[in-house]
Amino acid sequence: MIKRIEKDHQRFRQIVKGAIRKDLKKYISHTELIGKKGKNIVSIPVPQIEIPRFRYGRRQTGGVGQGKGDPGTPIGADPNDGQSTGQAGNSPGDHILEAEITLEELVSILADELELPRIEPKGKSTVVAEKTKYSSIRHVGPESLKHFKRTYREALKRQISLNSYDFKNPSIIPIRHDKRYRAWKEVPLPETNAVVFYIMDVSGSMGTEQKEIVRTESFWINTWLKANYKGVTTRYIVHDAAAHEVDEKTFFNLRESGGTVISSAYKLVSKIVRAKYNPEEWNVYFFQFSDGDNWGESDSETCISILKEELLPVANLFAYGQVWSAYGSGQFIEYLRDAFEDEEKVITSEIDNKEGIYDSIKVFLGKGL
Amino acid sequence: MLNAMENYSRKLPAELQRWQGKIKDIAQKAGLDFYETIFEMLDFNQMNEVASYLGFPTRYPHWRFGMEYEEMQKGYSYGLHRIYEMVINNDPTYAYLLESNNLVDQKLVMAHVYAHVDFFKNNTWFSHTNRHMMDEMANHATRINRYIERYGIETVENFIDSCLSLENLIDYHSPYIKRKREKTKQREYRPTIHKLASKPYMDKYVNPPEFIEQQKIKLKTRGEQKKKFPQEPEKDVLLFFLNHAPLESWQQDVLSIIREEAYYFAPQGMTKIMNEGWATFWHTKLMTEKILSDSEVIDYADHHSGTVSAQPGRLNPYKLGVELFRDIKERWDKGKFGKAYEECEDWERKEKWNKKLNLGLEKVFEVRRFYNDITFIDTFFTEEFVRKNNYFTYKYDPDSEQYKIDSRDFKKIKEKFLFSLTNMGQPFIEVMDGNYENRGELYLKHRYEGIELHRGYAQETLKNLVKLWTRPVIIETVAEDKPILFRYDGTEFMVGSIEE
Repeated sequence: MIKRIEKDHQRFRQIVKGAIRKDLKKYISHTELIGKKGKNIVSIPVPQIEIPRFRYGRRQTGGVGQGKGDPGTPIGADPNDGQSTGQAGNSPGDHILEAEITLEELVSILADELELPRIEPKGKSTVVAEKTKYSSIRHVGPESLKHFKRTYREALKRQISLNSYDFKNPSIIPIRHDKRYRAWKEVPLPETNAVVFYIMDVSGSMGTEQKEIVRTESFWINTWLKANYKGVTTRYIVHDAAAHEVDEKTFFNLRESGGTVISSAYKLVSKIVRAKYNPEEWNVYFFQFSDGDNWGESDSETCISILKEELLPVANLFAYGQVWSAYGSGQFIEYLRDAFEDEEKVITSEIDNKEGIYDSIKVFLGKGL
Repeated sequence: MLNAMENYSRKLPAELQRWQGKIKDIAQKAGLDFYETIFEMLDFNQMNEVASYLGFPTRYPHWRFGMEYEEMQKGYSYGLHRIYEMVINNDPTYAYLLESNNLVDQKLVMAHVYAHVDFFKNNTWFSHTNRHMMDEMANHATRINRYIERYGIETVENFIDSCLSLENLIDYHSPYIKRKREKTKQREYRPTIHKLASKPYMDKYVNPPEFIEQQKIKLKTRGEQKKKFPQEPEKDVLLFFLNHAPLESWQQDVLSIIREEAYYFAPQGMTKIMNEGWATFWHTKLMTEKILSDSEVIDYADHHSGTVSAQPGRLNPYKLGVELFRDIKERWDKGKFGKAYEECEDWERKEKWNKKLNLGLEKVFEVRRFYNDITFIDTFFTEEFVRKNNYFTYKYDPDSEQYKIDSRDFKKIKEKFLFSLTNMGQPFIEVMDGNYENRGELYLKHRYEGIELHRGYAQETLKNLVKLWTRPVIIETVAEDKPILFRYDGTEFMVGSIEE
């Protein structure tokens, strides 16, 4: 039986999740609100969920305290208020509740809200590991798998019902009929792995705000892919006129300047995939972010041909997000759209500002590729 | 119904049982008078669970209990707080001990609990509480569960949410006043002109035509008053809803449950300082005089000082309560009361005053019977006491965005303190008109006493009230020194001024 309090607690959790769902757009564009707590748990500030009642505006009341000090001595937060700072705003919910939820819960809210389909991993036929799981009991089996407790219980039951149980000398002797063994099942475990390439343009025209957008969007994409694949590897490529691979921290902080040659990045990515990620075994994702400024038409054409010949054949998805910037020409997205009108693996989206992230994620992940 | 406890129940180990017997004996000999008290052992999780339900193992399902529980679990795992004991006002009384506490703690808690039970049993403000609330709460749970089965958890829970917005709008004194509204008064009202008694031949002199005319007018206005409802402002807003809101019968039942529970818990809110003070007063007395063994003194002192410690600037009800009770005992032992003492101006003489009356113990028992926090503070929170214990008032300073010590003036401190206790620190709200402007709208009035309502909460509360009343609800209050109306009609929230 589930304990009563557990039920009430679950109801409360549902309400919390509802509150998160309601404000999901806000949380998506402001990942700084989301705190990490341990490996798999995040904390999200939600307005305190409470029963509204007529009450006094806190700040006006003041109160009585005890201790030393002259009039005018600050005493910190409202002493009558255990937890909050006593902000007397004009809305209830001045109290903020740090709701803790697991990443999985967050992802499932995300999926429901954005109506994201679950990804169909490819290669599941080839990479299947088998795992044995002890999940039942049978009457025969090797002694090493004997279930002692069950066997004992059976024997005890039998002896009591046969009236051969002596309370003064409570010894239990199992016979063959009493014996119980653990039994196992083979559970096929699809070992699906995914590698995600994040490619970012770091030419002079990509400013802090643009990078922040890329960072936020990558966070959600990563979270989503992690929820769908057992193992997710991420690789980060930055490029201006030349491309190179960097670690995560550098990826989001690097600021370079100079021209933009997108094909340099494609070439590098293609090389890495060929060397390390056999498309038979890996689900390969590309997410490219740029302000759409490329060095000349000829390079853009080179890009299209690398995409066509080398990247798309191995990719689950090629997503291109064009971040609006005052300095970018924004041309590149047009090239892609022209060249891959009917290619469902190529998805493009334009992100004007932080609020655009929500829709962009929806576009990128909405097909379930 | 008592087997509700069987979910948890762990009998006390033999040693604690022995101690329970001893402590009970000691407490009785000291003059405490309590119900039969049953102690149960709980582990942390169980303690938190029971505490989330305010001590009752069987209550109706509601998310707010789950929220309490989560907060308590978190608080525990961060080591912030830990509940040592819980005690339920019920006959027999149930009290819970935390399994992991050591023996000294358990003894302390038992002594503390017996004093609480004495308070429940003898304090006059508890005299109207249901002493079989354990069963009653379980009964409430059964009823609400039945509604949930029939109407679904969402419907019932949403309705409960709305009802809870009314939970503090009760008349804390009503259980002690016999009100006029008895059922027997259902006889039909037939207006008759009231004449003065007279012999028939004297009638036209004793009751002249002018007088009759006057009486007729009186009768008419009274008839009009009759139509207005409520006739007088109704403080028990919850009761008013129960009687007049268009509720289905299950909803009415749920609301009556909420009301009953609110009234059951009300005296605990009205006597918090006293009740804790009383329990602490007795546990220290009994522990130090009778119960402790030498080797336990240090642990005891440590834990006791934990419960009565005051964080800088904070008011700890345990500490204040016990200090006041001790002060009362000392004053009545030494005769520091009455006209001669009050009027004495010689500070030093007053300080040394001792008539050796030894009335202290008798006095504290009397105080625990007749007082509640307000009268307790009003009577015994004296200037000497305030000075000795460093009390002050504080207020919010908008310039520095901080709370600051405001004053050490005795009058101000006492006034502020009493105000914070009045109506349990809740604003006074009354129903003025249940058929406002003849449109079935509900007109509430906040009795403004210098502090404004929190507007955001007021707005959300109105929303919930409209759900119950189903017609627009208005509340009159004061903002920035001007009377003002908040009105919610189910879709829109409006703020209006009052035309005189």
